[in-house]
Amino acid sequence: MLELTHIRKAFNQGKHNEYWALDGIDLAIPEKQVTALKGPSGSGKTTLLTILGCLARPTEGRVRLKGDDISGLPERFLTEIRRRTFGFIFQQFNLIRGISAIENIILPAYPTGQPRKELLEQAEALLAGVDLGHRRDAKVEWLSGGEQQRVAICRALINDPEILIADEPTANLDTRLSKEFLAILERLADAGRTIILTSHDPLVVESAVVNSVVTLRDGKIVERK
Amino acid sequence: MKTWIEKQRHLIDFTLASLARRKGKNLGLLFIYTLLVFVLASVALYTHALRSEAVHVLAGSPEIVLQRLVAGRHDLIPPGYIEQIGRIRGVQKKEGRLWGYYYDSVVKANYTFMAPRDMVIARGEIVVGPALERSRGLAAGNGISFRSYTGELHTFIVADVLPQSSELVSADLVLMHEEDFRAFFKYPAGHYTDVAMSVANPQEVRNVTLKLMSALPDSRPILRDEVLRTYASIFDWREGIMLALLSAAILAFGIFAWEKAAGLSAEERREIGILKAIGWETGDVIKMKFWEGLLISLTAFLFGYVSAYLHVFYAEASLFAPVLKGWAVLYPSFALTPHIDGLQIATLFFFTVFPYTAAVLVPIWRAATTDPDTVMRG
Amino acid sequence: MRPADRALIVLAVAAVGFALSFADAARLRQAHAPELAATRVLVERLGLTDLALFTEARYTRHPTQADLQSAFQDHPVALEHFPTGSLLPPPAGILNAYENLDRKTASPD
Repeated sequence: MLELTHIRKAFNQGKHNEYWALDGIDLAIPEKQVTALKGPSGSGKTTLLTILGCLARPTEGRVRLKGDDISGLPERFLTEIRRRTFGFIFQQFNLIRGISAIENIILPAYPTGQPRKELLEQAEALLAGVDLGHRRDAKVEWLSGGEQQRVAICRALINDPEILIADEPTANLDTRLSKEFLAILERLADAGRTIILTSHDPLVVESAVVNSVVTLRDGKIVERK
Repeated sequence: MKTWIEKQRHLIDFTLASLARRKGKNLGLLFIYTLLVFVLASVALYTHALRSEAVHVLAGSPEIVLQRLVAGRHDLIPPGYIEQIGRIRGVQKKEGRLWGYYYDSVVKANYTFMAPRDMVIARGEIVVGPALERSRGLAAGNGISFRSYTGELHTFIVADVLPQSSELVSADLVLMHEEDFRAFFKYPAGHYTDVAMSVANPQEVRNVTLKLMSALPDSRPILRDEVLRTYASIFDWREGIMLALLSAAILAFGIFAWEKAAGLSAEERREIGILKAIGWETGDVIKMKFWEGLLISLTAFLFGYVSAYLHVFYAEASLFAPVLKGWAVLYPSFALTPHIDGLQIATLFFFTVFPYTAAVLVPIWRAATTDPDTVMRG
Repeated sequence: MRPADRALIVLAVAAVGFALSFADAARLRQAHAPELAATRVLVERLGLTDLALFTEARYTRHPTQADLQSAFQDHPVALEHFPTGSLLPPPAGILNAYENLDRKTASPD
């Protein structure tokens, strides 16, 4: 599905504080499986995730999506690929405050110009799927942490992406909510989505839902399971 | 096309939802913005209409008015003076005019007394302007007495009232027979106030004037062009005063709007990052903000302009008329004919809609080009 | 109705009002045309040179006609400091004190 070859990523390149966050990553993400990236903070997990999700471009190396090299594409095309292929669940949820849950969910679909009625129907179906139908019109800042995450999941799914990317999804959740998240993750995996997540939460990394675990340290892959 | 429209509607939905988060502040901005456009458009519409009306109506005034100066001050035209002009080629008609001012202490107003040549008025009768009809309650057939500057009382019968529609030029006129005029003011026989002339060929006015000045070195000719120019500048001047007074307010609003539009909070910067990360292109973010600027400024412009139009042409510009028209005891009441200067409105449009939209867009442009991966890093 | 449609309808209504103002201006111009023409004829017949807007001061009644300039007008309180005289009326409060300086008509009209 996604294939990385010799990926290196530098920050502040050419300056005195130059720093290589990723240093020679070769990784293939299998289709319709759950892949977890783990490692201590500063190991390059999040940077790798931004490259996998086309949010950032590598300094060196190639990224192939379904066989097509996308590392050289201009920002415009990258945005379109990101919108069509990826759904994101951020650690801080990154919902837009002041507007309702359902409005937040349909935001990623705005650039597609799909009719609002269809979008609202889809969003309502997604909300019902995570038991949040009753919170449809609530402003997101009125929702609890768990509810906010479920809204963020719905938002990630609105464009029906093949690949779902989650950054530290359980970092802000207690054990009960983390388990609920894993349940949702399992359903999504069963539905045939490719999922990539970062986590150092053993509850996630060691759960049966995760098919393979990649361990990073100092910008290099040290272990694959 | 259909998806393009749907997409713009989505973007407008979002921008409205964003604006609704600070409803009070944004409605306040819209209100002040509209008010400012209203004031500016009122001043522009009013002065332009008045200027056009003056120029249009006064286009019928004499081509040349000749006054006589004594020691640099205005004086009467003595007998034989008009004959001295002799035969200047191109002058079609030259006639002495008789007019003067009269102060009426009853209503504390000045009237313009005049003995017209081209109008038959019987002795002892007068024709009055519409403002006199109103202030003194006169109608055709009424009698009215004026005490002359020598102290005698003269009684006249009102023969007619000039039409109300001509009030802009005729409000305070009192027209009478030449003999009555001379008797009332003890105006010396054979003397005139000034001389009105008409010239056959408008191209020749300047040449004729030069000849007049060399034939009569103590004369002071006033050309119709100068009359029209004076009126244009009077209203320019009044418009200028108004705008000068307003400039502080405009500046204050400018600072407020700039602050509001151009100041990008950390929250907004974060939101732009989120939108880009979830699949919005830089262009989408800019379009969304463009709609915000356009919606606010266009709404303010259109509502401000339309209410200014109603205010000027249907409410007699009641808010600004005293400054723009001046004051007088005998105030002419007149409905202005709308002459709209397209260029002026376009200028107003440009200077109200464009800067605000630009002020909204500039900082977004900078923020929207940042990399979307920043949202992943807390 | 969604917010975007509401906003666009408000904007469309305002734009129609804007367009109507031009149509209305044309209509009023047409309606006023005969009166304006009549006024212009009156101006020609009487040889008028000025608007009757600022009737209170002699030199502002006919701004285009040079005249014996006078700072003190008949109106007892209208002291002229151009341009204030044509912008502001005299204060009503001091009018009575100056009334006796006014040229009074001895007998009622």
